[in-house]
Amino acid sequence: MINSLFLINPSGEMFLEKHWKSVVSRSVCDYFLEAKEKALEPEDVPPVIHTPHHYLISIYRDKLFFLSVIQTEVPPLFVIEFLHRVAEMIQDYFGECSETVVKDHMVMVYELLEEMLDNGFPLATESNVLKEMIRPPTILRSVVNTLTGTSNVGDTLLTGQLSTIPWRRAGVRYTNNEAYFDVVEEIDAILDQSGTTVFAEIQGVVEACVKLSGMPDLTLSFMNPRLLDDVSFHPCVRYKLWESERVLSFIPPDGNFTLMTYHVNAQNLVAIPVYVKQSISFFECGSDGRLDVTVGPKQTMGKTVEGVMVTVHLPKTILSINLTATQGSYTYDNGTKLLVWDIGKLNPQKLPNLRGSLSLQAGAPKPEENPSLNIDLKIQQLAISGLKVNRLDMFGEKYKPFKGVKYITKAGKFQVLTITASINKYT
Amino acid sequence: MLSMSTNNLSYNDQGGSDSAVEVGQETTPTSSNAGAGFGLFSTNFKKNDDLKEMLESNKDSLKLDAMKRIIALIATGKNASELFPAVVKNVASKNIELKKLVYVYLVRYAEEQQDLALLSISTFQRALKVTHDPNQLIRASALRVLSSIRVPIIVPIMMLAIKEAASDMSPYVRKTSAHAIQKLYSLDPDQKEHLIEVIDKLLKDKSTLVAGSVVMAFEEVCPDRIDLIHKNYRKLCNLLVDVEEWGQVVIITMLTRYARTQFTSPWKEDGLFDENSETAFYESDEKKTKNGDEKKSYMMDPDHRLLLRNTKPLLQSRNTAVVVSVAQLYWHLAPKHEVGVITKSLVRLLRSHREVQYVVLQNIATMSIQRKGMFEPYMKSFYVRSTDATHIKSLKLEILTSLANEANISTILREFQTYVKSQDKQFAAGTIQAIGRCATNISEVTDTCLQGLVLLLSNRDETVVAESVVVIKKLLQTQPTQHSDIIKHMAKLFDNIAVPMARASILWLMGEYCERVPQIAPDVLRKMAKSFTSEEDIVKLQTVNLAAKLYLTNSKQTKLLTQYILNLGKYDQNYDIRDRTRFIRQLIVPNEKSGALGKYARRILLAPKPAPVLESTYKDRDRYQLGTLSHTINTKASGYLELSDWPAVAPDQSVRNVEVIEPVKEWAPSLGKTGKSKLSKSSDDKFYSDSGEEEEKEKGSGSSSSDDSSSRSEGLFGHVCTIKYHTFFLVPVLLSVVPVSGYTVLSQSKCLSRSLFSLCILTPCPLSCAAALLQVSGPAFVPEKRHDLLHRMTGKGLSAQYQFPRQPCLYQPTMVSVQISLTNTTDHPLEQIHIGDRGPTGLDMHCFNTVECLLPEASVTVSLGVDFNDSTQAANFQLCTKEDQFSVSIQPAVGELFLPATMTEQDFRKEQGKLLGMNESSATITMAAENTTRQPISRQVATVANLGVVPSGQDNIHRFAGKTASSGAVVLVTVELRESSAALITINTEKSVMGPMLLRDLKRALTRA
Repeated sequence: MINSLFLINPSGEMFLEKHWKSVVSRSVCDYFLEAKEKALEPEDVPPVIHTPHHYLISIYRDKLFFLSVIQTEVPPLFVIEFLHRVAEMIQDYFGECSETVVKDHMVMVYELLEEMLDNGFPLATESNVLKEMIRPPTILRSVVNTLTGTSNVGDTLLTGQLSTIPWRRAGVRYTNNEAYFDVVEEIDAILDQSGTTVFAEIQGVVEACVKLSGMPDLTLSFMNPRLLDDVSFHPCVRYKLWESERVLSFIPPDGNFTLMTYHVNAQNLVAIPVYVKQSISFFECGSDGRLDVTVGPKQTMGKTVEGVMVTVHLPKTILSINLTATQGSYTYDNGTKLLVWDIGKLNPQKLPNLRGSLSLQAGAPKPEENPSLNIDLKIQQLAISGLKVNRLDMFGEKYKPFKGVKYITKAGKFQVLTITASINKYT
Repeated sequence: MLSMSTNNLSYNDQGGSDSAVEVGQETTPTSSNAGAGFGLFSTNFKKNDDLKEMLESNKDSLKLDAMKRIIALIATGKNASELFPAVVKNVASKNIELKKLVYVYLVRYAEEQQDLALLSISTFQRALKVTHDPNQLIRASALRVLSSIRVPIIVPIMMLAIKEAASDMSPYVRKTSAHAIQKLYSLDPDQKEHLIEVIDKLLKDKSTLVAGSVVMAFEEVCPDRIDLIHKNYRKLCNLLVDVEEWGQVVIITMLTRYARTQFTSPWKEDGLFDENSETAFYESDEKKTKNGDEKKSYMMDPDHRLLLRNTKPLLQSRNTAVVVSVAQLYWHLAPKHEVGVITKSLVRLLRSHREVQYVVLQNIATMSIQRKGMFEPYMKSFYVRSTDATHIKSLKLEILTSLANEANISTILREFQTYVKSQDKQFAAGTIQAIGRCATNISEVTDTCLQGLVLLLSNRDETVVAESVVVIKKLLQTQPTQHSDIIKHMAKLFDNIAVPMARASILWLMGEYCERVPQIAPDVLRKMAKSFTSEEDIVKLQTVNLAAKLYLTNSKQTKLLTQYILNLGKYDQNYDIRDRTRFIRQLIVPNEKSGALGKYARRILLAPKPAPVLESTYKDRDRYQLGTLSHTINTKASGYLELSDWPAVAPDQSVRNVEVIEPVKEWAPSLGKTGKSKLSKSSDDKFYSDSGEEEEKEKGSGSSSSDDSSSRSEGLFGHVCTIKYHTFFLVPVLLSVVPVSGYTVLSQSKCLSRSLFSLCILTPCPLSCAAALLQVSGPAFVPEKRHDLLHRMTGKGLSAQYQFPRQPCLYQPTMVSVQISLTNTTDHPLEQIHIGDRGPTGLDMHCFNTVECLLPEASVTVSLGVDFNDSTQAANFQLCTKEDQFSVSIQPAVGELFLPATMTEQDFRKEQGKLLGMNESSATITMAAENTTRQPISRQVATVANLGVVPSGQDNIHRFAGKTASSGAVVLVTVELRESSAALITINTEKSVMGPMLLRDLKRALTRA
C-alpha cells in the first residue's frame, strides 16, 4: 500500500524519509516539487499526482508537506487519512507538528513511523498503543535518560494492540477519577450585505477528557438528541445502541479524545449571536475609501459574547489605512493587507465601532470585489443549538467518578459580505 | 539532546549539495573534552569512524547512542550502509531499544547487503519458535523483521515461518503472518500457490485482528480467487463493525467486488418506484432491455441484504476512508432508492481536511451527474468560499453545474455572479465556463446567460473577457439565428482583446456568420491584414480562415485583402500556417491547376457545423469504482481491479452456507459449540459488536460481575492481577459461559466472578514484575495427541476422543480442562448425548451441556472440567445417549495436571531452596543425541508436562516451572547437561508422589532416540 513517506518543508527540502517496502529514490519527489512550483499557494498543490511509475499523495498541514509514494491502486482517502494521523501523532507526542520538532526528535519519529505501518499497511495508529511502545518525551524523562542511559522505548509488553479494544490500555489507575466533557459548537454562516442569513449551520463536537481507573463502561445521554442531524463517532461508541436508543455507550480511551462530532439540523433556524453593520466603500474616482464597522449582540441567550475579532482581507490596491476603534485595538499588515480588529468582550450598552479612511495606490482602479469580514467569537456556557447532556452513567467499576460538562460556542467560518457600493451612487 | 548532534551529522552523503554544507560544519572547532567516551553529552560533531568503534564497544549506552545517530542518518536519507557488519553483530542484543534500532537498520539495508544479512536470520528463526519464546509479541516482531528482509535466498525460511505463524495460537502473530504473506509474494511471486493455501486458512480465522490483514493479502495475492471468500462471506459481514478502521476499508472494497459477481442487480425493479426525473436520465438503455424479460421477479439475496445492513452503521465512522468506502458500496450495490442514505455522510466529510474534501468532491461530482436528486438539497454545502483551494473551487463549481435544473438555476446563477468577480481569475474563468454549461443544459436560461456573458465582455480583466468570448462562441453555435447583434458587439470589442484564444474565437465567429454581419466582417479582415505578422499562430490561422470564407461569400470586397493575407501566410515562419495558406489558396482561388475540389470549396468551408457539446469531465468517470485511486486520476492505476457487471443469473447461493457444527481443531475454548446457534454466535471473538440487545445485556452482567471479582483479586494479588478482562479471548468466553452453564440467575454472577477470578490469575500478565513470584502463563506447547475415550465399536457408532487443551479451566481454577470430540459414525442422528453417573471415585467434574442432536457423520467438540485432586487416578463416568450408556474413563498423564508458570531465575532458585530433601527427586540420564540444545529440550519437556520455561543464564542448565492444578503446589524441573551427553534431571515439588512420576516420564522422553 503505502511505499514511502517524505516530509518536505515549504522550501522543498526533504528532511525525513521512511520506506516501508523497497527504497524509492528521492528523485520521485521532483514531480511533486514541480507541481508545488506551479501552485500559487501551498494549499493549491493537487493532493494526488500521477507520475509514470508512482502515484504521489500528499497533504499540507502545519506548514509541512507529508508526501506518500504509492505504487498500486489504493483508496486515496485511506492514504490521506493515514497521513493526517501521522501529523496528529507528532502533534500528540511533541506538542506541535513542525519542522524543528521533527528534526529534534528524528529518531523517535522514525521509530514511530516504523510501528505505524507494516509493509505499508497500518498496524498501530491508536495513540495509546503507540505510547505504550514508545513513550513520549517529557523534560523529566529526558533528564533521567541522560543521566541513567535509559530510553523511551517501552519495555512492557503491549496489551492494547492485542485486544478488541485497542484504544484503551489496561491497568489504568487514578487516585482522582474524573470524566469531563466539552460540548463545543461552531457556527458556520454567511450573512449577506443586509444582515440576512444566506447560509448557517452548526457543527458540534464533544471532546472528552476521561481519567478513570480500570475498564469503565460509560453511557452518555442527551436531553434532546433529536436535534442531532448527522453524527460521527470515535470507534469506541457502539453504533447500534445509538441507532436504537440515541445514547452514547462506550468504553472510553484513556485521556483526551474526540467522542463525537455532529451537525445540527439545518432546518432549525440557527441563532446568530451577533450582528454587524458595515460599509466599505470607495470613491468612484480618486484614490480614497471609507470603512465603517459596528458589531453588536443579537441572539445570545443572555450570555456575554467574548473574544470577538474581525478579520478583513483588504484589496491588494490599498496603500494605507487610517482607522480609529472605540473598543479594542486593530493591527494591519501592509504586506498581506490583513486587517485584524481585536474587540474582546461585547458590551451591549456601548457598541464597538471601527471607522476611518482607506487610501488606494495612486491611479489604481476601484477594487471590484469588496472584501468580506470574518468574525471570530466565543460564548461560554452555551451550546447555541440548545443541546444538553442529560446524564452520564458508569458501569463496570465501583468507584464514584467526578463528572463535568462544559459548553462553548464559537464562530466557525463566519463570514459577513460587505456592501458593494460606490460612493457616488449614494451621493 | 541527541537531536542536536543528528542535525549536523554527515556520513557518506548522497546528496551533493548537502555534503558541501556539512563539510563546512565539520571544520568548526569541537569541544571533545565534554563528552569524551560518553557520547550523550557531546553536542559536537563526530567523525564517522567513531560510530563503528562505539558499536563495537561493550557498553550498551554507547552502542545505543551510535545506533540513534545511524538511524538519524537513514531518516535524513543519507547512506549508512558501510556500517552494516558492525550493526548486524548487535542483532541479538538483550537491550530492547538497541535491538529495535538494529531491526530498523537491518530492514533498511538487508536488500543491499544480502550476504551479511543472512548472518542475522538465525536470530529470528530462534525467536519464532513457540517453545523458545512464549511471548507472542516477540514472536510477532521476529516474523515481522524476518519477512521484511528482502533477500531472495531466505524465501523457503520465510515460507516455513509464515505457515507456522498462521497456525499460532495468538491472533496477533497470525495477523503478522498475513502481512508477511504480501511481503513474500512481492519478493517471490512463484510462491503464490503455497501462499494461497495460507490465505485460505487465515480467511477462516474468526479473530477481528486477523480479518483486515488477511483480506489485504488476498487482494494482493489472489484477488481472482473469489471462491475462497464464499464460506467466509457471512462471517466477514458480521465481524466488520469490530475490525479496526483500516481493515474495514479493505474488507468493504473487496466485498463490493465480491457482491457484484454473486448477486443479481437490485436496480431492475427500482424503476417502478422511482419516478424522479433523473431516474429516467440515469437509467440508461441497458436497463430498459433487461426490464422487459424479468420484471418483478427480483428478490434480494439475504446475503446481499446482510452486507448492506452491516455496513450502514460505518457511515458514522470518524475515519473518512471508511465512510467513503461504505458510500461507494452503497452506490455500486444498493437498490437505487436506498443510495440516498450516504448523502448526508458524504456532505459531512466536506468539513474535513482539504485533501479529504478534494477526494470526496470528486466522488460527488461523478455521482451528481447521474443522480442530481441526491445532492440537490445540500446545494449550499457546495458554495465556494474565498478560502477554498483552487482545485476545491473548481470541483465545487463542477458539482453546482451538475446540480443545476430549472428550479434552482436562478439561485445558482446568482451565486455564480459573485464568483465571476473573484480575485482568483482562473476561478472566475472556470465560472464562466460553468455558466456556459448551464446555458446549454437548461434552455430557459440560455438567453439570460448569454446576456450576462456579453456584459462580462466589458470586464476589466482579460482572462474573464477571453473566457466569455470563448463560451459565447460556443453558445452562439448552438443557436446562431438570432444573435447578430452579439457578434457585432464582439467585433467592436475586438481591438481591446489581446488574449489569442479570444481573438481567434471572434475571428471564427465572423467567418462562420459573415453573411449576418456583411458590413463588419470585411472591416475586421482589413484590421487583421494590418496586424497579421504580429499575431499569435492560432489567430493567424483563423485570419486565413476568415479571409477564405469572406472570399467565397463577398469576393468583390475582399479579394485583394485575401490575396494579401495569403501572401503573408505563404512566408510565415510557422509551417502549419504556410501549409494552411497553400491549401486554402488551391481551394478557393480558381486557376488551371486547381482540380475538382475547387468546385466544392464553398461546401467545404461553409458547411453547417455541429454545435460543440458542453459537458462535464466527470461524465464517464463512473467506469471506475468510486473511491479508488483510478477514479481520482481518471486512468487505470496499476493493480486496479475491475468491478464486474451484475450477473444475469445469480450463481449458486448455497456456496456461502457454513455448517453450524464444525469440529474444533485447535485449542480454542470450545464452549458453546454444542450446536445452538445463539451460543456459537457469542463465542466468536465478537466482544464489541453489540449486535443486539440480548448480547448487550449479557455483557452488562458480565462486566458488573467482573467488578466484584476485581476488587477481590486486588486484595489478594495487588497490582499484578489488574483485571484485563478485555484481553482478546477472555470476555467472549465469559459471555458464552452464562448461557451454557445453566445456573440460575443468582448463581450466575457467583460462578462468573469465580471463573473470572481464576482467569485473572491464569492470564498471562505482561505487567508482571518481581513482585509476582509465581505467575501462571499460557501453555508453551499443546500436544495434538488424542486419546480414545470410547471406540465406535463399543459405543454403537458413537466415538469419542479426548485431549488436554492445556487451557485454564473456566469452571473452577482447580479443574483441568479436557476436550472431548464426539463423532457420530452411524447413519442415524444420535440424540441427547450427556454425562450420566460419575461413579464412586468422587472426582469433582463439570459436565458439558447435553448435545441435543448429533447428525450422522457430524462431530462436535465439548469441554469438560475435572478436578483430579493432583493424582493420576482416572476419572470414571458414563457417557449416555438417549438409548445407551457407556462407561468411560479419562486417565491423565501426570504432566497434564500442571499449569505452566513463569518466574525469574532468581525466584526459581529461591523456591528450589525451599524444596530440598525429600521434596527433591533426581536422576542422571544419557540424553538422546538430538536433545542437546535448548530448543529440543524445551520441546520434549513441554510435550510431557504442561510447564513454563524459565529464562536461564547458563547454556547448560534449563529450567521449567509450573504448579499443580488442584492444590497449586510449585513444581520445578531442572535439566542440567553434563559432559558426553549425560544430563541430570532434578524435580522439586512437595507432591512427593507426582515428583517421581514426572521424573519417570521425563527420563523416557529425553533419552528416547
